[in-house]
Amino acid sequence: MDTTRLIIVAVGGQGNLLASRVIGEAALIADVPVRMSEIHGMAQRGGVVESAIVFGDASSTVISDGEADVLLGFEPSETLRALNKCNANTVVITSLALLSPFTVTTGSSVYPSLSVLQALIRQKTAKLIAFDAAALATEAGNVLSVNMVLLGALIQTGTVPLQVENVKEAIMNKTSKTFVESNLKAFELGFSVAKELG
Amino acid sequence: MHKLLTEHPGLKMLLLGNEAIARGAIEAGVAVATTYPGTPSSEISTNFFQISRESDLYFEYSTNEKVALEVAAATANSGVRSMCVMKHVGMNVAADVFMTLAYIGVKGGLVIVTADDPYMFSSQNEQDNRYYSKFAGIPMVEPSSVQEAKDMVAYAFNLSEKLQQPVIFRTTTRINHSNAAVVIGKIKEPETRGDISKDPFNHVPVPAVARKLHAKLLSKLGEAEKISEDSEHNFIIGNGAWGIICNGVSYNYVSDAVKDLNIENRVKILRIGFSYPMPRAMIKRFLQECEKVLVVEEGEPFMEETVKVLAQEEKLTLSIMGKSKKFFSRLYEFDPALVRQSIADYFDVACSPAKVPDLSDIPEIPQRPPNLCAGCPHRATFYAVKKASEGMDTICPTDIGCYTLGFLPPLAMGDFLICMGASAGTSCGFSKVTGKKVISFIGDSTFFHSGISGLINAVFNNHDFTMVILDNGTTAMTGLQPNPGVYMKKLNLDVYGKVSIQKVVRAVGVSHVTVIRPYRVKKSVDAIKEALHYKGVSVVISEEACTLYARSLKKARGKPFFVSDKCKGHKDCINEIACPAFFIKNKRVEIDPDLCTGCTVCAQICPEHAILPIRNI
Repeated sequence: MDTTRLIIVAVGGQGNLLASRVIGEAALIADVPVRMSEIHGMAQRGGVVESAIVFGDASSTVISDGEADVLLGFEPSETLRALNKCNANTVVITSLALLSPFTVTTGSSVYPSLSVLQALIRQKTAKLIAFDAAALATEAGNVLSVNMVLLGALIQTGTVPLQVENVKEAIMNKTSKTFVESNLKAFELGFSVAKELG
Repeated sequence: MHKLLTEHPGLKMLLLGNEAIARGAIEAGVAVATTYPGTPSSEISTNFFQISRESDLYFEYSTNEKVALEVAAATANSGVRSMCVMKHVGMNVAADVFMTLAYIGVKGGLVIVTADDPYMFSSQNEQDNRYYSKFAGIPMVEPSSVQEAKDMVAYAFNLSEKLQQPVIFRTTTRINHSNAAVVIGKIKEPETRGDISKDPFNHVPVPAVARKLHAKLLSKLGEAEKISEDSEHNFIIGNGAWGIICNGVSYNYVSDAVKDLNIENRVKILRIGFSYPMPRAMIKRFLQECEKVLVVEEGEPFMEETVKVLAQEEKLTLSIMGKSKKFFSRLYEFDPALVRQSIADYFDVACSPAKVPDLSDIPEIPQRPPNLCAGCPHRATFYAVKKASEGMDTICPTDIGCYTLGFLPPLAMGDFLICMGASAGTSCGFSKVTGKKVISFIGDSTFFHSGISGLINAVFNNHDFTMVILDNGTTAMTGLQPNPGVYMKKLNLDVYGKVSIQKVVRAVGVSHVTVIRPYRVKKSVDAIKEALHYKGVSVVISEEACTLYARSLKKARGKPFFVSDKCKGHKDCINEIACPAFFIKNKRVEIDPDLCTGCTVCAQICPEHAILPIRNI
C-alpha cells in the first residue's frame, strides 16, 4: 500500500493529540497500517504540538522536511510555520481562527496578515482549504471540538486512506461520551465546509 | 477494567510506546514497579499507577530514581519480577545503586527502563545511556518499534532471570511517544511474594566479597555475549555486499531508505536489538561479507567503536563509516530524509530529496514559547520575589520543573540550572564567593527528590541564601504525579503517608522559615523581603495548588476577571506578570474569561484597580 504522510500542528490544549488518536483508531478499524509520533511534555504549557502520522507501508514514525502529503493546521500561524514539511504537491487544511502568541500580546512580535498567509500557502503548495474551525465548533455546540471540525475537513478531501464511517466509529468509541454528539456534529460541519471550499 | 489488563491474546490495540512497555511488563508477570517520573518515560508509570489499583501489581512513585532502583533491587533479589522506570538523566541519580547492583545481581527478573531523549525535547541534556550498560557490565536491549517495545519486555525479564542480572531496556523519545497497532499476548500471573536467603558473601560487597563478585560479573558478561550471538533481536536482512548496522528507530529509517532508494538487493542490514554485549562473532561474519559498512545510530558512536575494533581484530580493511562531518552527527535525532541521503552518499547511489518550497518570502512568524499557565501560582511567587528583591544584586539558581520557565522575561527568575535538586547545592557555592544575594527556586517534588541534602549542607556549613520552595502540591511538569508532600487521602488513597515540607525544613535546622500564599501579593512581598534580609539560610514555602491540578480535581475555580473602563493602559498586568489570559484587542487590554482562573494577582497589581471579577459588572 502507498504511503501517506500527514502532519498535524496545533497549540497545546487544542486537542491535537485526541484528533491523532481518533485517526489512529480509525485506521485500526479500517485495517490500514498506521504509525504516529507526537511530542508531549510542554503540550499543556501553550507551546506548539506536532503529530506525525504515517499510513501505509513504511516503518518510520517521523516525517522529514518537504515530505508531508497533507498538513492539517489548527492555528494559521502554526500552519505557516510548518510549511517546511510541505512540497508543491502537499494539500493544506487550516483553521483561520488565530490564537495570539504571547509575544504578539506583549508587542514584541507581529502576527502575519491572514490574507498574506493564505496567499503564501496557496502559492507554495497544491491546495489550501482554509476556514474558521472555531466558529464551526461553536456552532456544533462545543468550542473545544475544533479538532473534530478539522478532522471532518481532512476526511472530506480524501487525502488520507480513511472512510467517513471508520472515523465516526472511532469518534464514538474514543471520545468522551458527553461530547460524542457535538463531536459528530463538528465532524459533519467540517466535512461540509471542506466540500464547499474544495 | 484498565485497557492494558485486557485478556484476548491476539487482539490488535492502538498503543503508545509507553503503554506497550507497560503492557509488556504485565504480560511478563511484573509484580513490582517503581519510578520517579520524567519525560519521555512518564506514561509507563501513569499506567502502572492506574493498573496497581485494580490488580496485584505493587507500584510506587519513589522519592527519586536512586530510591526507586533500591526498592526494585530488593524486590528482585527476593525473587519477585520488578521493573524500574526513569528518564535518561534519572540513571545518573540511580547510578550508585546500579554500578554495584551489577556485582550483586538479582534473583527475580529486574528490568530497568531508561528513556533517552535525543534532541532534548524535554530534557537538559541528550546523554546516550547505552554507555551505562557498558560501564556497569549489564546487558541491554533496545526496541525499534512499538510492537517490539511490548514484545522485548518479556524477553528482557527472561534474560535477567537467566543471567541473574538486571537488564537495561533502553528507549528513545520516538519509541516512547509513538503510537502503533500492537498485537497483545497472554498475561502471566505475577508472583508477588518472595524471600531472600541470608548469603552475605554474595550480598554484602565488602572489598573481599566485591573482588569475587567483579570476577563473577565478567563471567556473566561472557555468558550474556553468547546469548546475544543467537538472540532473535539481532538479525540480518538482505544479502547485498553493502552493509548497514543500525539500532532502535534508526532501523526504521534505514529500512524505508533502502526501499526508497531501490537498493534492497544490494544491501544487507544488521539490526542490533540486544546491543550490549554486542554479538561480536556475528558482527565479524557480517563485516567479512561486506565491501563497506555504514553504522547508523543516534547519539554517540557506541556501536561504531566496537565494530571498528572487531574489524581490526579480523585485520579487515573495509571502509566503516558512522559519525563524521559528512554523514552522521552525534547531535540531536535523525529523520528518514537524513538517513536516506547519507546512505545514498556513502554507497554512491542517486537520491532525489523532497523539494521544500522556497520559504525566504515568509514573514517572520511570532514565536510561541511555552509559558506558565494562566493563573499559575509560580508566576505569583516569582512576581513577589522580584518585587521583594528590587534594588538587590541577586543570583537565582533554579531547578527542574514547570517553574524553570520562570527564567523567561518578564519574570526572568532563573540564572543557573544543572539538574534535579542542584539549586540548593549551587546556592551554597554562589553565596560563598560572589557576595551577592542568592535566591534559589525549587518545586515540592524536586525538593523531596534531591533538594533536602543541599539544604542540610547549607545549614551545616552555615551558608547564606534564601530558598524559595514552590509547593504546588503535585509533580506538575510530568503530568501531575503525586509526591511525598501530597495529601493522598484527599484523593481517596488512604494507604499513603504524608511528609510536611515545613516540618522537614525546620527539622534540618533552618531557623527562618516563612509560609506564604502567593496569590496574596502584598503579604507575600513583605514576608519574602524579611526572609531575604535574614543572614544565614532562610526558607520561604510558597503554597498554592497547581491550576491544572486543581482543575483536574474539579475544584471550584475562582470567578474570571475582566478589565474595566478604569484601565488607563499602564499594562503592568502584561509587562510584569505576562499571564497568557491577557490579550490586546483594538489597543485595549482584555482578559480571556475561558483562560482566567480568578487568581486575582493582576487585580492586585493594577495601579488603577481596573481589573474586576466578572460578577461586578
